[in-house]
Amino acid sequence: MRGAFVRGLVDIAREDERVVLLTADLGFMALEPFAEAYPERFLNVGVAEQDMVGVACGLAEAGFLPFCYSIATFASMRGYEFIRSAAVLHRLPIRVVGVGGGFEYGPAGASHHGLEDIGLMRLQPQICLIAPADYSQTLSAVKATWDMPGPVYYRIGKDDRRKVPGLDGHFELGKPDVLGDGADLLLLSTGAVSVEAAGAVQKLAAKGVRTTLAIVSTLNPSPGADLLALLGDFPVAITVEAHRVSGGLGSLVCEVIAENRLRCQAVRVGVSGPPTAVTGSEAYLLRRHGLDRDSLTTTALNVLAGTYA
Amino acid sequence: MISAYDISKIVLEQSMRAKVGHIGSSLSIAGILAALFGGVLEGKGPDDPDRDRFVLSKGHAALALYAALHLRGWISAEAMNTYCADGSMLGVHPDSELAGVDFSTGSLGHGLPLAVGAALAARMQRSDRRCFVLVSDAECNEGSLWEAVMLAAHQHLSNLVAIVDMNGQQALGYTKDVLSLEPLPAKWQAFGWDVLEVDGHDVAGLIRAIESLKTRAHAPHVLIARTEFGHGVSYMRSQIKWHYLPMSEADYEDALKDIETLR
Repeated sequence: MRGAFVRGLVDIAREDERVVLLTADLGFMALEPFAEAYPERFLNVGVAEQDMVGVACGLAEAGFLPFCYSIATFASMRGYEFIRSAAVLHRLPIRVVGVGGGFEYGPAGASHHGLEDIGLMRLQPQICLIAPADYSQTLSAVKATWDMPGPVYYRIGKDDRRKVPGLDGHFELGKPDVLGDGADLLLLSTGAVSVEAAGAVQKLAAKGVRTTLAIVSTLNPSPGADLLALLGDFPVAITVEAHRVSGGLGSLVCEVIAENRLRCQAVRVGVSGPPTAVTGSEAYLLRRHGLDRDSLTTTALNVLAGTYA
Repeated sequence: MISAYDISKIVLEQSMRAKVGHIGSSLSIAGILAALFGGVLEGKGPDDPDRDRFVLSKGHAALALYAALHLRGWISAEAMNTYCADGSMLGVHPDSELAGVDFSTGSLGHGLPLAVGAALAARMQRSDRRCFVLVSDAECNEGSLWEAVMLAAHQHLSNLVAIVDMNGQQALGYTKDVLSLEPLPAKWQAFGWDVLEVDGHDVAGLIRAIESLKTRAHAPHVLIARTEFGHGVSYMRSQIKWHYLPMSEADYEDALKDIETLR
């Protein structure tokens, strides 16, 4: 998906010379197409994420559209106060690109697991917050939002092979993509872990459970109105995110349910509990946190049977 | 011309009226702002896209900036009298919504990265405009400042001018006691900057020094400006408590008499 992001950015930069790409010394085997096409608009600031965001704000004030690239943890957290006090307070159109959210950097360990970025960005209502589900949607999302006013945070997957069947690269800002029309259960997912949610939908279908899957690729501007319409139709909704259960999609869904007095049970699947030293592949870590398609299928069946604890 | 006396007088008047502190920090940069806003910064006005940029990275001295902007005619007397009032845009730290304030500041360590971005933007747009950033000495405690110091030198940003207000004080003590900075000029030099040591209260000397930068090294420039905290007010001079304290009526009367020496 970061390949899609860079591909999209190269196309955009051809049309708009305001586009600048900054990196804090990350993006090996990813950013080269941009760096080679537009060397005068590519800047490696060194291992200095705070500086990257501050410099981007200085560039944006003069009319540039700077994209700041790093791994999701570093992109979202190390420069967070700059994102808040420089970009948000100045309403400057910088773009922070957090790559490999969730467990995509699995064996790299907990320092590289991006589990808080969506929550942190949701706290800033002026930040447009986008987490595409797969390669094609990433390309569409970048091309639909690159010149928005104000700051944007993109949570971009690392793995370019991801594909959610039926999504077909569709992206509309602020709108969830609703796949299927099963009446038994609603699954909602965001970001690159959506392929696991889609896999669970297929496994559930094989067991006779008819599921609707909502891919929530925009978390801000709020997709609340569409979520309200969806959640009102289901007795139970399961949120799926490679993120802490608080602050992200699960919290958003709970807010919509509670504030509208919906009779819908929310089950939030994500990362909970204290951090541990246990590491491993992304597949292992998703399984460990109940986020792989098999675990999600089991969870869904338990929820429907009333045996979910 | 804008004088350090005029800036200092407004700082005292408004601090007294609003009953707020940060007086000593504002007084220590009155001369630097008089030089910048009276004889250095170029541009047709606060909305001119090709104006020189100025970042007051030590945002807690915003009152001195408001005074300079008022003396330039960009903030009205009426607006000045709302300093720190309910509903005012003139807070203790400056916001870029205010005409003449290029960047909001208040969190130390933010200004230099912003200024590096502004200087890079000028170069990429092939503009001759410069970017000036005023940082406090204690702000050199911040790691983000040094990230930007390195990048500016690596990029040979000769259109960037940093001024360090070396008043030797910070919130809880003297800089030499809290976290040693010296030899600060040597540190900036070692990081690849063109370093000048100047008297931060000599307005004409500051203007001359900044003018001389145009023919100096192809590197970012830093003026290490030796200043006195609370400059002009004898009882505030180098007194830690005047970082935060507001003045009493008697303090205020004494201060007004003292700053007459700045005329």
